[in-house]
Amino acid sequence: MSAPVVIAIALACLAAGLIAGVWLPPHGRRPARDRPRPVRRILLPFTGQAISRRAFDAAVRLAKAEDATIMPAFLARVPRNLPLEAPLPAACAVGMPLLDAIEQGANSQGVEVDARVARGRTYRDALRHLVEQEQFDRIIISATDSPRHGLTSADLEWLLERVPAEVMILRPAPDDNRLMSADGWQARA
Amino acid sequence: MIGLLETHGRTDTAKLAEGLPLLPRRRVDYRGAVLEEMDLPGILARAPELCLIDELAHTNAPGVEHAKRYEDVEDVLDAGIDVLSTMNVQHLESLNDQIAELSGIRVRETIPDGVLGRADEIVMVDLTPEALLERLRAGKVYPAERIDAALNNFFRIENLSALREVALRQVAEEIGARRLTSAEPTDSRDETIAAEAPQAVSERLLALVEPYPGAQRLVRRAWRSAQRLGAELDLLWVPPPARRLSEEEQRSLAALRQLASMLGARLLVEESDDVAGAIADVARRQRTTYILMGRSRPARGLARLRTPLPMRLMELLPRVDVRVVADRAQRPTDEP
Repeated sequence: MSAPVVIAIALACLAAGLIAGVWLPPHGRRPARDRPRPVRRILLPFTGQAISRRAFDAAVRLAKAEDATIMPAFLARVPRNLPLEAPLPAACAVGMPLLDAIEQGANSQGVEVDARVARGRTYRDALRHLVEQEQFDRIIISATDSPRHGLTSADLEWLLERVPAEVMILRPAPDDNRLMSADGWQARA
Repeated sequence: MIGLLETHGRTDTAKLAEGLPLLPRRRVDYRGAVLEEMDLPGILARAPELCLIDELAHTNAPGVEHAKRYEDVEDVLDAGIDVLSTMNVQHLESLNDQIAELSGIRVRETIPDGVLGRADEIVMVDLTPEALLERLRAGKVYPAERIDAALNNFFRIENLSALREVALRQVAEEIGARRLTSAEPTDSRDETIAAEAPQAVSERLLALVEPYPGAQRLVRRAWRSAQRLGAELDLLWVPPPARRLSEEEQRSLAALRQLASMLGARLLVEESDDVAGAIADVARRQRTTYILMGRSRPARGLARLRTPLPMRLMELLPRVDVRVVADRAQRPTDEP
């Protein structure tokens, strides 16, 4: 191959590189069409090993209708004898598999998920931290949960008074015994 | 010489000490009460070759040289006297929060980890929870009137099992850290040998993250792997220098920080244009044994010609396992 041909190929490659450099996204940045855009968010807080299936179904249904993102939020209580910032591996061992299950369930129905975790001295305290730090348009909670599984009626009252978003509290219903857990769907014992 | 022995009234323990020189305790007046404490000046004056000082985490009565017994021990060591001491794992400062979460009981008397780090040798006195409970019921730990209370509180089998696990891990970590420190090469031959030796027995995971919602799934997977391996977990994000985050990315980063904090992982942010180089530096610094990463976005244009990041990491870190985590979010669910 003669020298002029080699030089021409080299120049062509250089030009292609320059064009590609302009066209390709810069390091670490996603292309414009992949970048996150402002979305509606539906907060789905939970406290135990399982959440109400009705609450999950409602969140998915609304998210699909509104092209919204579900924000499942695992609320953890920090015992008084621990600092508020202490790691909570035992609590996380319960909450993380359920976050995975919610994410998988929602994704399989074409709904995006952006999970959160929050901790406080009480579930309400954790929820308050979450509300202060996050933006969401709607919150869905099942009123049928026992204190073991969810927020108390006093917590729900507090939510209605203080949270600057639409609060959807699901009425008790016969199928409230259907829960979503890390192992899939199950009936409440 | 025995500088201080705490038998807790156990006759078997007292019998074992018979025949050994025992330094009498000194009396300390405190608010009208007379308390007994170890005689630090007496130990220093006698200057034995080796001194047994029990209960390293003990808090001294006000009015003596130091507030804590481990500070007394530091004086003894500084005087050239070897010390043989004892402590329970729950007294180690760095484990305090973990023990409180496991047992529900906050231990007030703690020892800085550095004190344990100074020890030439650590011997773990291991006992199965069942054997310890048997000793407790036989009155070999507490007097009869305290046995029931102890069984119902701290001495529950789940507490003892958790404490035993914590102690075993702690000793393993200490031994690992010493082995690595002592393996520092002194000449070129040592360097070759050290390079061939395994670097660490315990695992340490590094998960590569970016501030977007999907990263949390990777973090949760990495945490579960770390739990199974009993390993520490670090999270690393390598942005280019002076990268400005969008509002959405700032929220995702804050959520990652919160998740890391709750899981007990560390989120590291290293600005660099050389992503693979920065990851390799952090992995070497943190003594990482496993790197976990999500699937990269499909390369386009000339980027297709670049060596993929996992391959570059395997070249830069031949001793580190690199695992690309599958996106299981799309796995079908088990609907009834």
